[in-house]
Amino acid sequence: MSRDAPLSPVEHIKAASRRLRGTIESSLADAPTGAIADDDTQLLKFHGSYQQDDRDVREERRLQKLEPAYSFMIRTRLPGGVCTTAQWLALDGLARTHGNGTLRLTTRQAFQFHGIVKRDLKATIAAINATLIDTIAACGDVNRNVIASANPVESRLHAEAYQWATQISAHLLPRTRAYHEIWLGEEKIAGTPEVEPILGATYLPRKFKIALVVPPVNDVDVFAHDLGFIAIIEGAGAGGGVPRLAGFNVTVGGGLGATHGDATTYPLLAQVAGFIAPKDTLAIAEAVVTTQRDFGDRSNRKRARLKYTIEAMGLPAFVAEVERRSGVRFAPARPYAFTTSGDRFGWTRGYDGRWHLTLRIPSGRIADRDSARQLTGLRAIAGVHRGDFRLTPNQNLIIANVPADARRDIDALVLDHGLDLYARASGTSLNALACVALPTCPLAMAEAERYLPDFLAALEARLAHHGLAQVPVLVRISGCPNGCSRPYLAEVALIGKAPGRYNLHVGGDAAGTRLNVLYRENLTEAGILEALDPLLWQFANERLPNERLGDFLWRVKLLPA
Amino acid sequence: MPAATAVPSVATEPRSPAAAPPLSDAQLRRLAELTQGLDAGALLFVSGYAAGLAAATPRVREEAQGPRATVLYASHTGNGRRIAERLAATLESRGIAARALSASDFAPRELANERLLYLIASTHGDGDPPEGARPFYDFLLGRKAPRLEQLRYAVLALGDSSYPKFCEAGRIADERFAALGASAIASRIDCDVDYDAAASAWSETALQHALETLKPGADAPRLSIVTPLRATAHGVAVATRDAPVVAEVLTRQLITGRASDHPVTHLEIAAPADTLAYAPGDAVGVWHRNPDFLATRIAEVLRLDPEAPVTLGNERHTLREWLVAHREITRLSRPVLDAHGDARARTGVLRGWQVIDLLEAYPPEWSAEALVTALRPLAPRLYSIASSRSEVGDELHLTVAAVDYTRDGSRRVGAGSHHLASDAPALRIYIEPNTRFRLPADGDRDIVMIGAGTGVAPYRGFLQARGAEGARGRNWLLFGARRFASDFLYQAEWLAARKRGLLHRLDLAASRDQAEKVYVQHRLREHGAELWRWIAGGATLYVCGDAARMAPDVQAALLGVVQQHGGHSDESAQAFLSELVAERRYLRDVY
Repeated sequence: MSRDAPLSPVEHIKAASRRLRGTIESSLADAPTGAIADDDTQLLKFHGSYQQDDRDVREERRLQKLEPAYSFMIRTRLPGGVCTTAQWLALDGLARTHGNGTLRLTTRQAFQFHGIVKRDLKATIAAINATLIDTIAACGDVNRNVIASANPVESRLHAEAYQWATQISAHLLPRTRAYHEIWLGEEKIAGTPEVEPILGATYLPRKFKIALVVPPVNDVDVFAHDLGFIAIIEGAGAGGGVPRLAGFNVTVGGGLGATHGDATTYPLLAQVAGFIAPKDTLAIAEAVVTTQRDFGDRSNRKRARLKYTIEAMGLPAFVAEVERRSGVRFAPARPYAFTTSGDRFGWTRGYDGRWHLTLRIPSGRIADRDSARQLTGLRAIAGVHRGDFRLTPNQNLIIANVPADARRDIDALVLDHGLDLYARASGTSLNALACVALPTCPLAMAEAERYLPDFLAALEARLAHHGLAQVPVLVRISGCPNGCSRPYLAEVALIGKAPGRYNLHVGGDAAGTRLNVLYRENLTEAGILEALDPLLWQFANERLPNERLGDFLWRVKLLPA
Repeated sequence: MPAATAVPSVATEPRSPAAAPPLSDAQLRRLAELTQGLDAGALLFVSGYAAGLAAATPRVREEAQGPRATVLYASHTGNGRRIAERLAATLESRGIAARALSASDFAPRELANERLLYLIASTHGDGDPPEGARPFYDFLLGRKAPRLEQLRYAVLALGDSSYPKFCEAGRIADERFAALGASAIASRIDCDVDYDAAASAWSETALQHALETLKPGADAPRLSIVTPLRATAHGVAVATRDAPVVAEVLTRQLITGRASDHPVTHLEIAAPADTLAYAPGDAVGVWHRNPDFLATRIAEVLRLDPEAPVTLGNERHTLREWLVAHREITRLSRPVLDAHGDARARTGVLRGWQVIDLLEAYPPEWSAEALVTALRPLAPRLYSIASSRSEVGDELHLTVAAVDYTRDGSRRVGAGSHHLASDAPALRIYIEPNTRFRLPADGDRDIVMIGAGTGVAPYRGFLQARGAEGARGRNWLLFGARRFASDFLYQAEWLAARKRGLLHRLDLAASRDQAEKVYVQHRLREHGAELWRWIAGGATLYVCGDAARMAPDVQAALLGVVQQHGGHSDESAQAFLSELVAERRYLRDVY
């Protein structure tokens, strides 16, 4: 860590922002441009929104002497990804009136609106708040949306994990009233700016991600997060007792983002620090965050995540610091096991007899396209559904808490609107992830969401050719190396380098416990298929029963150790 | 010797008694010194330079010592000026002292002293006189107008018969002169867009009457008409309406976004300084070619062979070429209706019909010759220049809105914009100077540019010029467009100018982006206090764009601002704006 190096420019912007206010209000009032002031683009993230532009028309508009087609992405803060039907209907309406007619479910269990133009931004954020969902700290150098296992089968434990997600999220929120002043028209507070007891005056050095997971399903990819809580369950033995949350194994220092061509950046899996009782959860969360606040690198944003802080301090020193700050001592980690990182599709029955239907939403994009009228269909379902909705960390959607007698109506609506992909798609297609990428994401170097269907079709044709059509392969595509779709944990991952070109990573596992490795660089689709073909051929010929592709590649030492 | 070469003749024959130059001996000596040894090119430059000075300086020495004629033109398309200058030159050549000047430069009180007055008046919008001539009309029609028994006059009215109040401004002046006791020496002629022949006939009659009435004496001084020499150091002819140049189109770029329902094209055209000299505010006259599909359709409707030759006078072309290059086939004018003769068709003008609509609705039994005779000669279209040479060098830029719509299932286009937006590699053009719409000579003066749609074009030239000059005055643009995302013409340039401090204020009214329509006049009111501070600080106001709605709405908003923030009453606000007009601080280029 270069503690004497000058602060990064973003640190100065945060410091001068009067607790995230900056000049956002005058930027919003500046009608001749659809953009906001440069510094405000950094601050706006803390309010849950990114300035973007339609990259499909960027060059065209340059020639037209028009500025880029700026619009804003708004991301909700939705701890644990639970929302009511009333909230769903309101968000659906906003997507139609102010957004681009789509809702997007993210890998952090949040909704994203795309294509909100500046003059609608304030009204949209205010309307989201009116549904009792906010967007505070959904982006920016803060604790992002806290995610939790969505699997509702073990509903009691799920409910507990969800409660903790909500509490942790609230505990770590910024205390500034800037959000309420700017978006909700609340009175401006005169005098000295608010104190930020946890996040500090300049907030965190970089984004910070927390996940809670209820084994054995690692749907949150817990090792990909700065801070993770693995629920340790007691009493669910063969004796048939009621399962109980004993506490959490705490994981620290996971993070997937990297930068092409910068060897000092790399994905890392989180390490297990130890076990804590449930009552210590908030104290530990706060201590980990403040340690990162004070020890994180504020000069180089590429090296500012917690994973590098821990690498620099060493895990024991870091753990000691957290123990000192929290007054909590870690107990030895308890045993746990993960079997899969995927969702359980279709109907499942919960402990209380209610039913849950997990739908496959490719790339989390809810839209009306051709025969798949997902947006309309889910609006119709929200109109009759008596339970709630859960967004999964795999970009899918659970229609949760359905009484048995309502299943038939839900099924009919699902079928009518082409929402039944969960029952039709292959294992490979069902579990694939892609980030948003082009045309709206400013970071994207290549297509992701729009390319996923084509790539899956091409890959599945090769799998079928090798007789592997029934073998699921965990595929993830990311438009850039930052890794929103958690590509470094997939069995086959494409990471965008340039339009139509990707780095090919292989070797992750099905449970999200092993990083993959860079296998070939800068490939076109033909190159990717050509590189995979011999691996698939050998896999088909030498595969053990039920063996997954990622595990096989390591076993036969096809990958560099 | 033509009047236009008066200045060089002074230089070479400084003591010529016939010329009776209005200079002292000392001044003549200095002029001779200055011009000694200069070659023809340099002399032409000096003459042009002096002519430019003269154009900007009110003439005080022209007290009438004998019969003198004033040829007033109230026209800002340039056609009136041309006719006036031609008539004045002819009068001069026949021994009658004559001056040609714009009605905007004429002090109305001088009317009482005029003996012989020619007025060439064009009509705009809904029967209005042109912008600059309003003070003249206000005086003439007002209570302060003097009796004019001493005055002999003739009026030539210019108009466009596709508008309902055809030649109204000329008619009103004519009737008012008569009511004030003046006697007409020739009856008024109302000219349509093809004014050439009618104007020549009127000028000839007017001249004959003048010669008969005034009988110029040998002692009458021949006052020089100082007209800027339209020639260059290289002796290359400057492009004119009658002798346009062929200019290459360098760039054609659609500058409205995908969602726009009113596409606008930006053109960059090669414009050598010697043939196409211009200043920001000027317009370009374009001799367009009519759309071929329309010529085909007209021939089809009348069951004529478009490729058959048609001879008229001593011109012979195929019917297609007549229709494409020599006749108006979009604008429906009164003479065409007259020739057509079907009374039912008259309402077509009011309904915005084109020629083809008339022919399709009531097909006449016309031969090719009859068709060509009935149609009016092609007239050039004028477009404001959207650039400054200081920024673009030997180019000129245009901002052209496409007129393109469907009526009853068939396509209708604006002939001029269609030609400009087509792939024609070159255009026949000339510069139409617009001296009424110029930047203030004083760069320290603030300017407020108010416009909508393609009315923003001259402001692009203004801002380029102000930037290049390093003008210290502030610049404020208030722009009205339909939709922010697609119709904010030159948005990136305005934003860049604002960023580098050249554009000090930028306000946009996007009319269609919300339920209630917001126009540029709303922005004027919204920023009334600030606007008043600019006006009170000496700012010059410009208004460019739609004459029918925007200009009056802006006028009303300005009156409101002057009242609310300037403490004026309803009446004194009117007077205040009139004063701004008189001071050339409230300039309008509306159409």
